[in-house]
Amino acid sequence: MTDPTPTASSPLLAVRGLSKAFLGVQALDGVDFTVRHGEIHALLGENGAGKSTLIKTLTGVYQRDAGTVTLEGRTIAPRGVEEAQRLHIGTVYQEVNLLPNLSVAENLFLGRQPMRFGMRFGLVDRGAMRRRARAVLIPYGLTLDVTAPLGRFSVATQQIVAIARAVDMSAKVLILDEPTASLDAQEVAVLFKVMRTLRSRGIGIVFVTHFLDQVYALCDRITVLRNGRLVGERRTAELPRLDLVAMMLGRELEAAAHRIAPPVDDAEEDARPPLVRFRGYGKARSVEPFDLAIRPGEVVGLAGLLGSGRTETARLVFGMDRADRGEAAVDGQAVRLRGPRDAIRLGFGFCPEDRKKEGIVGALSVRENIILALQARQGWLRPIPRRRQEEIADRFIRLLDIRTPHAEQPIQLLSGGNQQKALLARWLATEPRLLILDEPTRGIDVGAHAEIIRLIERLCADGMALLVVSSELEEIVAYSRRVVVLRDRRHVAELRGGEVAVDRIVAAIASESVPVEPRP
Amino acid sequence: MIHRFLPLLVTSAVLVVGFLLCAAQFPAFASLRVVGNLLTDNAFLGITAVGMTFVILSGGIDLSVGAVIGFTTVLLAVLIEQGGWHPVSAFAAALAVAGGFGAAMGAVIHVFQMPPFIVTLAGMFVARGLGFVLSTDSIPINHPLYAELGDLALRFDGGGKLTLPALLMLGVVAAAVVCAHWTRFGANLYALGGNRQSAELMGVPVGRTTVAVYALSGLLAGLAGIVFSLYTGAGYSLAATGVELDTITAVVIGGTQLTGGYGYVIGTFIGLLIQGLIQTYITFDGSLSSWWTKIAIGVLLFVFILLQKGLLAVWTGRGGTPAEA
Ligand SMILES: Nc1ncnc2c1ncn2[C@@H]1O[C@H](COP(=O)(O)OP(=O)(O)O)[C@@H](O)[C@H]1O
Ligand SMILES: [Mg+2]
Repeated sequence: MTDPTPTASSPLLAVRGLSKAFLGVQALDGVDFTVRHGEIHALLGENGAGKSTLIKTLTGVYQRDAGTVTLEGRTIAPRGVEEAQRLHIGTVYQEVNLLPNLSVAENLFLGRQPMRFGMRFGLVDRGAMRRRARAVLIPYGLTLDVTAPLGRFSVATQQIVAIARAVDMSAKVLILDEPTASLDAQEVAVLFKVMRTLRSRGIGIVFVTHFLDQVYALCDRITVLRNGRLVGERRTAELPRLDLVAMMLGRELEAAAHRIAPPVDDAEEDARPPLVRFRGYGKARSVEPFDLAIRPGEVVGLAGLLGSGRTETARLVFGMDRADRGEAAVDGQAVRLRGPRDAIRLGFGFCPEDRKKEGIVGALSVRENIILALQARQGWLRPIPRRRQEEIADRFIRLLDIRTPHAEQPIQLLSGGNQQKALLARWLATEPRLLILDEPTRGIDVGAHAEIIRLIERLCADGMALLVVSSELEEIVAYSRRVVVLRDRRHVAELRGGEVAVDRIVAAIASESVPVEPRP
Repeated sequence: MIHRFLPLLVTSAVLVVGFLLCAAQFPAFASLRVVGNLLTDNAFLGITAVGMTFVILSGGIDLSVGAVIGFTTVLLAVLIEQGGWHPVSAFAAALAVAGGFGAAMGAVIHVFQMPPFIVTLAGMFVARGLGFVLSTDSIPINHPLYAELGDLALRFDGGGKLTLPALLMLGVVAAAVVCAHWTRFGANLYALGGNRQSAELMGVPVGRTTVAVYALSGLLAGLAGIVFSLYTGAGYSLAATGVELDTITAVVIGGTQLTGGYGYVIGTFIGLLIQGLIQTYITFDGSLSSWWTKIAIGVLLFVFILLQKGLLAVWTGRGGTPAEA
């Protein structure tokens, strides 16, 4: 093991002008990034900002298009993970990167097993490997059978083994890409202790996380990426949370919009019986238990950073993921949501975020796409007569102003906004009582955007209940009567009436975590 | 702990019980001579199956081995009988060609990210074709060294003997066990079969390992070809047809998972012995058609695959809670 000598002048790891493109996507665009000796450096940004790509380009998983990387002043260009490991850069990648079929000890020492009778042509010293494996796991409080296959242990244990492996290899730099996603509070505390010890030994640590509390508890410096570009580097102590969130979201807080919808009389509204009500509803490793009630004719917005649990909440409500705790009720009757079919039967509809993947069927016509959900609810054995299909399609094409030459046009030839409207029509045709929209205005042009918002308002005036996930805070503020704010997979605030405003949402996202009192 | 070795234990139990049943019916069965013959008769299969085990452990498959064996025998016959080569140089050349052929398939699989099934299927046709190009007839090999090597054996009291092919196979199996569990290459094979992407992110040299494992399989098929030519004393391009399937069967009966990552070389060896046992039994019986061998092996294979599936389900589910802190 080499002994890194901390020198204030030269950084440990310096990335300059790093660029990387994948077919059509500029994942990194001239990014600078510096890690000093003995610091924990948070690398932050929303999902898709380019954090993982930066890490992989650094460690040789991907080859960079442009830019330089220096380690202790020497230029490095690892052509593979193996080479990066030999340079004493240990990494836990975001993907589960261990092997369930190998034993714990083999996972810890794969590629660097202790050898007997010579390094190159010798034999693996399995006894020494077992002993060292046990020793390596001691700081994490793990005493387990290191000869058992890793796949037999919990995800959290596997994650700790991955971390232990990387830590054991990182004499100079340790990179952790969202390592805490599947750890509980106690395991996180253990990890932080190990990280602090490494920091005091002069090792530079890169830490990617979505949990802002962890950033402020642990990190010395913060670098923020957005859309593959560097937004800036700050000392944690000099960066208030609000400013950090603003950097991540890329928005000027001064321009905070206020609500457009007229405030309603809360007391009277809340007295109405809710259409759906969830109590203590949640799923381990997905969303913390939450309470949520939605009344007919009401729009509830779900706001938060990407990865904060918004989509997960929507999926739970629709039964796409199964809750493992809490209860749900529709019209005051307890119900069980075991899958989307249950939800559809109860009169729920769901427009997913990724309409290419989960929504439209590109080769089918606009008509066929529109009647899909209705047909599914009726059962495929009772086909809707062609005449009726045409009536429905034509009605929605008119109603939503879907721009298509005719109902038989393959939907993939339509623009994004019109595809989105057709998808909306699919669910409207089933006359849902609760419609869940995940990013309804993502990737569509400004005109269609306004129309969809108008449509949302009209639907709710007709008595439909809506649950809308959106990254567009102004948009959420414009149509929501209440806004639930999520952070770190938890519902942290519920804003209502006059409280619904962009700055309040941003403040809630950035707030310290204090357990929220669930509202009655 | 016991879970991991369960498929192996079951396979071994089948072998022991099967052997005892045979011995109960035919007392002559339990002799060193029968066991020695069983090893000799299956030597080339065993050597090939070791290479196949490695390939399957790494998550691949090698359908070309039978064709490579056939090609090797013809190449040897042509070099020795028509080219006047000394058998030892011919052996070296054959091993180099077979190993190189495997390495080339491995390189294609890695570089072009092609399914091993397709690439080695193509390899199978190429190797058979090349054999026919060399000669369509069976060529006897009459070199005196062949007769000497054929007589070479460790002899025991009571007529039992371990011939050179049998000894070679046992040596290969022993070396392979060491290679699988006490070398980095072995660990990399299991890693690759577990999850290719994870292995790559953990620093396993995926390309090098892929090429090496197919090269090894080719090399062992070449060695099996040499053994086969010693055994039959001839080179024939149609030799060893279908051997790829017999070896895959031995691997699967031996408890190795076809999807890679789990299994043991020694299991393959036991699987091979079970196949040999069934064959020997049918020879002893004399009244049964040899097709019963196929049927028995087919049923056995089916049962073993079901067993594996069941075990895996138990084991990856809540099969045993390890001590966790
Ligand atoms: N292997 C890949 N092929 C194509 N596009 C990719 C690949 N990896 C990442 N991307 C794209 O690069 C961008 C950055 O992704 P990523 O680095 O994973 O972001 P982050 O880790 O910050 O969430 C995204 O738009 C993503 O879709
Ligand atoms: Mg990432």
